[in-house]
Amino acid sequence: MCISIFAFRRGSLALLTFVKQELRPHYGYKHITISAKAYLFRTRERQSTVSKLPVILAAIGLATTAGIASAAVSGDPQNGKEVANLCVACHQADGSGKHIEGGESWPRLAGLNATYLAKQLRDIKDGSRTSPTMMPFVNMLDDQKIADVAAYYSQLEPTTGEGGNNADEALLKRGEQLAERGDWSQYVVSCMSCHGPGNRGAGDVFPGIAGQHAGYIEAQLKSWKEGTRKNDPQDLMGSIARRMSDTDIHAVAVWLATQNTASN
Amino acid sequence: MMRTLLTVTLSGCVMLPVTAAANDDKTQAYIDQLTAMGFPAPNENQLVHIPPSMADLEEADIHPELKKVIRRGYGLFTNTQQLRGKNVFNNMNCSSCHLGEGRMPFSAPIWPAAVTLPGYRGKNGHVNNLEERIAGCFTYSMNGQPLEYGSDDMLALSAYHQWLATGVEMYPKQPIYGRGFPAPERPAELSYTNGEKLYQENCAVCHGENGTGLRFDGHTVFPAPWGDMSNNWGAGIVRLHTAAGFIKNNMPLGQPNSLTDQEAWDIAFYMDSQERPQDPRYTGDVKETAEKFGPTFHKHSMYGQVRESDGKLLGDHDNTGDKPFLKPDTVRSRTFD
Repeated sequence: MCISIFAFRRGSLALLTFVKQELRPHYGYKHITISAKAYLFRTRERQSTVSKLPVILAAIGLATTAGIASAAVSGDPQNGKEVANLCVACHQADGSGKHIEGGESWPRLAGLNATYLAKQLRDIKDGSRTSPTMMPFVNMLDDQKIADVAAYYSQLEPTTGEGGNNADEALLKRGEQLAERGDWSQYVVSCMSCHGPGNRGAGDVFPGIAGQHAGYIEAQLKSWKEGTRKNDPQDLMGSIARRMSDTDIHAVAVWLATQNTASN
Repeated sequence: MMRTLLTVTLSGCVMLPVTAAANDDKTQAYIDQLTAMGFPAPNENQLVHIPPSMADLEEADIHPELKKVIRRGYGLFTNTQQLRGKNVFNNMNCSSCHLGEGRMPFSAPIWPAAVTLPGYRGKNGHVNNLEERIAGCFTYSMNGQPLEYGSDDMLALSAYHQWLATGVEMYPKQPIYGRGFPAPERPAELSYTNGEKLYQENCAVCHGENGTGLRFDGHTVFPAPWGDMSNNWGAGIVRLHTAAGFIKNNMPLGQPNSLTDQEAWDIAFYMDSQERPQDPRYTGDVKETAEKFGPTFHKHSMYGQVRESDGKLLGDHDNTGDKPFLKPDTVRSRTFD
């Protein structure tokens, strides 16, 4: 029962976006608009989401009528601050996380997009993103608390990335090239082409990576490369990461860590 | 093959075969990378050219002033939005379509223009030089006002094109490997409904379910495949085969050749059946315009045709998007009679 409510709430998230979109004048493909939004929330492992659309839609109707939809969708940063008590041991009170050389680095959350953060938490909870460290904590969170804590961290002032300051010049130069121009001879497109200007994030799907800790970026790219992380839409990150050498992964991670996070 | 010819030509020398062999290895590695990404290997007689990169420019033995100009051209090419409101009236950058900084084969690499022009162009029925060709991109793909011929920016963009062609002979007789957006064979049937479904599943996450793309902080992250902020009805990519080739060879980003031929064509059919700013060559009547430019262009597009899904006559409007005029004065015929 609990699981179905969870699914319904996720469904209602899709609906609200849909309704908002539909009010805008466009070419009028209602059903397609729904499937597109549903797609944003599915992972490669959860491709059945689309086939469940009729069920979700029915649930959406219920949820909307019951008036709980908006509560499930929008996070409250104030409530999120309380939820964040669970997170501060690693992610710190200011959301800065920590770069740990040679260990598991904890990502900076401050200033990241709320929708992106919430999706990551949901993905970890339902197993589509693996994180043994995070699992016990996300298991304590329902969908509302996830939305709240994501909203809380998104409005914190971005902090500085660590782990890149001692990198040598040549490594940083290579990292800059990969982040801003890519290396098409390896068909590695630039980070910027999806993560946006200054790699400060673009929309709800592509997170800001400038000013993120080098240790975290490096670990994530390696996870994608090895296939242990795959909750990106359409393998967009995985297909690139698999073509990157470990040296290039290191180079781009240290360079991004040295970059400005302003207006993430 | 060019590599073979090169080795044979130089094999009489004492020093040069080493260079030739090195070039041979470099070319082979280049081809191997492309074939690993699903692109075809070059045919025996095709010209394979590896355009220099911006890192190569730093090392190049050319005048520092020229380097500055080429860098400016590169900057304009990859961030054409800096000309927004002046020469560009949509969300496009040159590099939105010409991936890899204009250097990628199968993604309309731009250096062939520098070695094949001046040349006769069917699209406007006269001989064009490089500047007029670039002006064409501004007129149609950027829905804009071309850079003035001979201006600093035009010189810079031309210089970037020519720099990328470094070492290639003028008017090469061999066909160029990976030129344009080579399209897969057109399937017997194209499906709008399937194209729509595929677009929403594969493209919408970046380009938006309504084709709006994504802008952030005054920059284009993902270009708009249709609508006011996209290319107008006169741009090459409204031709179905060009769009199908672009999609098959480049999309989703980082995953070339991942869609089937049918999928690429269906998405192209869907995308090119959406509205966009008017063709600058518009006569005031869509049917007349479609007919006038049919043989050289619109026979490959959906312009002036009725969209089956809702009966809409495509291109039947006078909307020029954000551009405050219809036709730039550079669109004119030229004759040597």
